[in-house]
Amino acid sequence: MTLAGITVWGAAHQAGVGAWPAVLVGPSAVPSIFRPSSTPADSVYTLSIFVLTVCGIIFVVVSALLAYAVVKFRRRADDDGREPPQVYGSNQVELAWTVTPVLIVLILFFAAARVIHAVQQAPEPPNAIEVTVIGHQFWWEYRYPKYGVVAANELHVPVSDRAHPTPTFMTLLSADTDHSFWVPQLAGKTDLIPNRINHMWIEPHETGMYVGQCAQYCGVQHAKMLLRVYVDTREQFDQWIAGQASPAHASGAVSEGKRIFETTACINCHAIEGTVANGRFGPDLTHLMSRDTIAAGAALNNAQTLRLWIQDPDAIKPGSLMPAMKLTDHELDAVVAYLESLR
Amino acid sequence: MSEAEAAAQTAEPQWVLPYRGTVGMATLIVAESAIFLIFVVAYLFYIGKSISGPTPREVLEMPIFASICLLSSSLTIHYALAALRKAQIGMFTALWFATFALGAIFIVATGLEWRHLIYEKGLTISTNLFGTTYYSLVGLHAFHVCVGLLGLLLGLLFALMGKVQAQHSEKAEVFSLYWHFVDAVWVVVFTVVYIVGR
Amino acid sequence: MATDSIALGAAARERRSITELLHEWVVTVDHKKIGLMYIFYALFFLIVAGLEATVIRIQLIVPNNHFVSPQVFNRMMTMHGTTMIFFVAMPLLFGMGNYLVPIMIGARDMAFPRLNAWSFWVMAFGGLLLYFSFLGGSGLYGAGSAPDVGWFAYAPLTSLPFSPGHSTDFWTLGILVSGFGSIGTAVNFIATIVCMRCKGMTMGRMPLLAWLMLVTAALVILAVSPLTAAQAMLMLDRYVGSHFFDTQAGGSAVVWMHFFWIFGHPEVYVLIMPCFGFISEIIPVFSRKPIFGYPVMVGASVCIAFVSLSVWAHHMFTVGMDSYANSFFTISTLIVGIPTGIKIFNWLATMWGGKLIFKAPMLFSIAFLFQFLIAGLTGVMLAAAPFDWQLGNSYFVVAHFHYVIVGGILFSVFGAFYYWYPKVTGRMYNEWLARLHFVLFVIGFHLTFDFMHIPGLLGMPRRIYTYEAGRGWETWNLIVTIGVLFQALGILAFVANLAWSWFKGRPAGNDPWDAWTLEWSTVSPPPAYNFAEVPAVHSRRPLWDLKHPEDPDWKYE
Repeated sequence: MTLAGITVWGAAHQAGVGAWPAVLVGPSAVPSIFRPSSTPADSVYTLSIFVLTVCGIIFVVVSALLAYAVVKFRRRADDDGREPPQVYGSNQVELAWTVTPVLIVLILFFAAARVIHAVQQAPEPPNAIEVTVIGHQFWWEYRYPKYGVVAANELHVPVSDRAHPTPTFMTLLSADTDHSFWVPQLAGKTDLIPNRINHMWIEPHETGMYVGQCAQYCGVQHAKMLLRVYVDTREQFDQWIAGQASPAHASGAVSEGKRIFETTACINCHAIEGTVANGRFGPDLTHLMSRDTIAAGAALNNAQTLRLWIQDPDAIKPGSLMPAMKLTDHELDAVVAYLESLR
Repeated sequence: MSEAEAAAQTAEPQWVLPYRGTVGMATLIVAESAIFLIFVVAYLFYIGKSISGPTPREVLEMPIFASICLLSSSLTIHYALAALRKAQIGMFTALWFATFALGAIFIVATGLEWRHLIYEKGLTISTNLFGTTYYSLVGLHAFHVCVGLLGLLLGLLFALMGKVQAQHSEKAEVFSLYWHFVDAVWVVVFTVVYIVGR
Repeated sequence: MATDSIALGAAARERRSITELLHEWVVTVDHKKIGLMYIFYALFFLIVAGLEATVIRIQLIVPNNHFVSPQVFNRMMTMHGTTMIFFVAMPLLFGMGNYLVPIMIGARDMAFPRLNAWSFWVMAFGGLLLYFSFLGGSGLYGAGSAPDVGWFAYAPLTSLPFSPGHSTDFWTLGILVSGFGSIGTAVNFIATIVCMRCKGMTMGRMPLLAWLMLVTAALVILAVSPLTAAQAMLMLDRYVGSHFFDTQAGGSAVVWMHFFWIFGHPEVYVLIMPCFGFISEIIPVFSRKPIFGYPVMVGASVCIAFVSLSVWAHHMFTVGMDSYANSFFTISTLIVGIPTGIKIFNWLATMWGGKLIFKAPMLFSIAFLFQFLIAGLTGVMLAAAPFDWQLGNSYFVVAHFHYVIVGGILFSVFGAFYYWYPKVTGRMYNEWLARLHFVLFVIGFHLTFDFMHIPGLLGMPRRIYTYEAGRGWETWNLIVTIGVLFQALGILAFVANLAWSWFKGRPAGNDPWDAWTLEWSTVSPPPAYNFAEVPAVHSRRPLWDLKHPEDPDWKYE
């Protein structure tokens, strides 16, 4: 690999073309790092193919030498018992196999350093979407400061057009312990650490739903702190924002459930815009029914799971911080009906 | 053995390796230094980061007298060993006792400083980051001084019982390495807490 | 005569009662007995931690499994990691070093025999303290509670609000206490190797295992101490209200990470370096050639130790350090791969042009070379920070470090066990049972740890008690769990071999391998005083000189 070769590769990469375009693209149920669908993930993918190739070559060469040695120099059955020539070393050979690794290390370092700087020092364009992500045990809070929107567990962002990019820049905070935001198809992971402000960005190229999950052990239900990122078209995204920013819907028929909700401990943890409920410990429920899942992806969002979640959260996510609410069957039905009206 | 080998052997110098007591103590000192380094790093990192409570400038007074005592004790132990090597047991005992006394004064002074900080200035280990890092670092050092004082006391008892002779100077020297280490750590702690941190 | 010593030993064993035998072992300061106690202790906990791993793998064999609750799983994964590092790998390697180093350098014992005994018992107590947590954590309700914070116990998860009760304290104190034992042992190794070598054995003539134990001990001194400090800080936070890692009071969770990994990274070199020593002793003997490039091997080992102190934050590439810090730790981590690679080449060159004998020690050593190469290369991948942003904290990392620890360390330990078994017991192990062990374990190891890389590449994080179906992780997890069975059978063959050969093995004699270092010059097993006459040496291979007086090594070194 010549210096010129590295420079050409680097230039191609920076032009956004990428010397190694991903073979598979688009959202997938399998969150493979080899199926990048967003600029930072693309950069990491290109680097990873390069590193894998270099390591692969080293592996093949050294293993071949080992295999050859094992076969060629085995002691034969008809061995005469004399010791082979006793060789103590060779300075030239040592030099040769020191210099080569040093060169490989330098090449790998420069390749990695380019990507480190490209990703970590990417400037935020003025039309970028800004989201503040706050990690909780065991759910995700999303705030869009420019739109005054507070949401939970399902992140919506607009797809980014390569000609006029609209990336999403995220500020990462934590309300309790360490967490980590990892959606492999969109970017490498970045941790959410209390008393620390971290940043990351994504720039998705294809619409669809991307999955991931928390990647830093944060307690008992770390495993079910799942991530869903919905990459929408611009129109869909604007519609979603408008829906989230609007006040809570609730029709008259659910007033009993609303009354129970507002006079029970529910309001200590949950908020519903325009009501007395303004707890911030648990997810905002103002537009609960706009989400496909509940409990940070642990269950689908429908009347049965909602009911079960309120009655016995441990059945869905044992050890989560949602308490069993000890409502009667009738109260439960009423509350669920109320929640189902929160579109 | 061939003639060449016999010649090689007689030509070889006498086989002398370092004294294991010294090597062992030196290694222990390196380990202890690594522990202290972490507490020093924590102290330096958290300077200025307390969100409430008293600051160093408001409550700390430089313990000049105590420091002079402690650092002089390095001198006294050095001369104590010189006396021991010359079999001057009386002089050794006196200087060894002086080392103990100077170290004890340091501990008493530290105790008085802490009493002042806790009861009059309201600074404890749980008050704020400054309190946490101050008491832990100075306390760790004081603990090591106390361990040294115990060793000094033991040596004093042996000396007063007449059991210490010139041939023990190598072992006493190993102990003195520890005592010098404790003093050197104080130089670092003093600089970090009372000079840099204020 | 070898048979005499066994007969004598057997007769001696018969004459003493059980109480006398126990007493002899409990009060011993003999490095050989202490070494064996370390090894037995470690083998016991190897089984225990292996069972913990088996629970983990059964729970993960299918998605949404209910074999154990998340609480139990989190305790299993914490205890498995903690036990393996502190109460299996470290005592095993310290024990083997304890037994071998004094004999290999021609000494009669370690520099500080009583410190040696104290260090063992303190370490042993630390392990018991950790395991007492099953009974004592929050009381016996729910069968106690072992720590569940992961083996690296990140703050603020370990603070009282998030970890009430005593389970975290058992983790902290168990390791803190055993850390004192480790430091004591390290002091002993350094003093022994520097001060107790026999006449003529300059530093440049020491066996490579002695060099590697010296470097390991130096790393322990520099690495375990920061952990001791950090754990003291954690206890202060939990009990006297200090704020070292209290993010509410302005403290920093990242400071714990730095302190922990300043220990944590050199620690893994502490674990692998003695293994480099084993391989450096075994490969030459079974290739019938001296080690290629002895001075370079020494230099590379010292280099690795130094550089390993500067790479720790490659465990923290995702915590949001700036690009300069990430770049620095990328290059320092890549650099540590250079002397490591050089060692692999030197071992290969030792085999090159030799006459390879494929007895069990050599089989395991060759497997070590192949597997350590792969582990090193996945390490290179993780060193590139952006690649680590994807691979970090995933099953790729779990696969990488198990590849080093099982594929590297454990394989070399198996090889070393077989190599020195005749010396320690006076009997040969059974070669066919050893080959069965090898085949079973190679199959099991590769089934489990080769395929474990794949879920990581497909987005599976570590430390999760279950996972979603449909993410493409199911098949791989199934294969990974199946490999456990083969490894368990392999371990069974291993233990059966050790036990059976103790009673029925063929008498081995002093030097069954026609080897060249000092331990093969004394009786098998060595008497309490090691050598009838303290030897004098003139080269790196004193026994080669004795066996080849017409062509001794000191002519060429």
